[in-house]
Amino acid sequence: MKLFLSRIMAFVVGDVQADRMVPPTGFTARLTVFAAGAMAFLAVFALALSLATGRLADRWSDELARASTLRISAPMDQRAAQTAAALRVLETTPGVASARALDEVEQRALLEPWFGPDLPVETLPIPQLIEVIEDSTGYDAEGLRLRLSAEVPGAVLDDHTRWRRPLVTAADRLRLLGWLSIGLIGATMAAMITLAAQAALAANAQVIAVLRLVGARDVYIARAFVRRFTLRALTGAAIGTAGGMVAVLLLPSAQAEAGFLTGLGFQGWHWIWPLAIPPLGALVAFAATRHAAHRTLRELS
Amino acid sequence: MSYGGGELLGDISLTLSPGSFHFLTGPSGSGKTTFLKLCYGALLPTAGQIRLFDADLRSMSRDDVALTRRRIGVVHQDVKFLDHLPVADNVALPLIVAGRDRTEEAQNLTELLSWVGLSNRADALPAELSGGERQRAALARAVIMSPDVILADEPTGNIDWEMSQRLLQLLVELNRMGKTIMIATHDMNLIRAAKTQVQARVLRISQRRLQTAGADL
Repeated sequence: MKLFLSRIMAFVVGDVQADRMVPPTGFTARLTVFAAGAMAFLAVFALALSLATGRLADRWSDELARASTLRISAPMDQRAAQTAAALRVLETTPGVASARALDEVEQRALLEPWFGPDLPVETLPIPQLIEVIEDSTGYDAEGLRLRLSAEVPGAVLDDHTRWRRPLVTAADRLRLLGWLSIGLIGATMAAMITLAAQAALAANAQVIAVLRLVGARDVYIARAFVRRFTLRALTGAAIGTAGGMVAVLLLPSAQAEAGFLTGLGFQGWHWIWPLAIPPLGALVAFAATRHAAHRTLRELS
Repeated sequence: MSYGGGELLGDISLTLSPGSFHFLTGPSGSGKTTFLKLCYGALLPTAGQIRLFDADLRSMSRDDVALTRRRIGVVHQDVKFLDHLPVADNVALPLIVAGRDRTEEAQNLTELLSWVGLSNRADALPAELSGGERQRAALARAVIMSPDVILADEPTGNIDWEMSQRLLQLLVELNRMGKTIMIATHDMNLIRAAKTQVQARVLRISQRRLQTAGADL
């Protein structure tokens, strides 16, 4: 490990003499930095998307799986009695950790987005909602439905699976697309840097021929190019990542009733993830340039 | 050795003994440059065997060829330099790529530059040199590693007679120091001038064969 680190350091510091062998090229250098920067910027968003949809999928499949709702639709005068009956049934159902009737304040909060505040809930024929929390074993939904239909005719059990499943599937698919995007971004960056490196190698054909003639080994010639492109990609990716992270930071922060879009971003230690982009970009550039250089050199005498 | 199906050179058997001085002549396009390229591993023979310092060229890796070239100094007719580096760096190039410490060789470099008469041109860029200066810089670059063999391809092709004489003088001096020299040229005057100073053998490429030229030269 120590040897490995010292070799990386030697690579970054470089051989001043060897570095002068290849003439500086302003334009391709700037293009490489730009391409690496743009790709890193996009990678930050793809990463944010993957992590956010991952969180979403986890939350939906975890929290919602444990909660279900019982709705009591009964005439106003029977509602309280049916609610009490339903609660009694639930208390004796194995697998139910707790059951609680929502009070008027909570019911009003649920309707507020549609009807505005100050809705006189108590005077309206609104069904009573009961929140049911399962324990780890879960309950038998069919059995509970049968018991309820016998004892509480106005009760409807909604265990959320019906609408939860497609949402979780969608979130999982989105997460997959995010990772696929990151892979494609990396591959595109490798392709761009290979093209840039090949252009640089072609432009410096005479330099390479002279170096070969005076007895330079392939590794020596390749290193001069590889080091340059790796450092350029590292610089570009660092700038792009920083830009992307600032942009994610400036996204509107998530509210309590936030939808999916405002939840896009990094949370807690997830902020470490994008920091891996510049070294990974440098690694991609290193491999791409090295491959291109050795392939070009093999064709020369 | 063949190009595009037609044989260019064939039936050649030659061993360069250490410390010998050879001229290689023949009409343009007869294969002088090709022959020299075979000698420093820039080309592989299509048939037969080439041994560089007792190693078979065919079995050598690219790195082996690179290391062997550090023992062979090459001067081309159209010398290529690294145009963005000054003459001194270009002459020291073989040292640099071999990973030698340049500060240790600084005196060596200064002496070499004054030997080829380029001391006051050390900081010039290659593009600013005249034809003769380029040839002498190329010779300095070819010998800085103190190689065992020096191959020169038409080294006097672009320069006047006086400058040719100076270049020949330098090559003769190197031969007296024990270096093996091979010069490809069609300049008969140069060969005659050399013969007065050194025991030079003349090889002639004719009709795809290598012949030892007669004593009439």
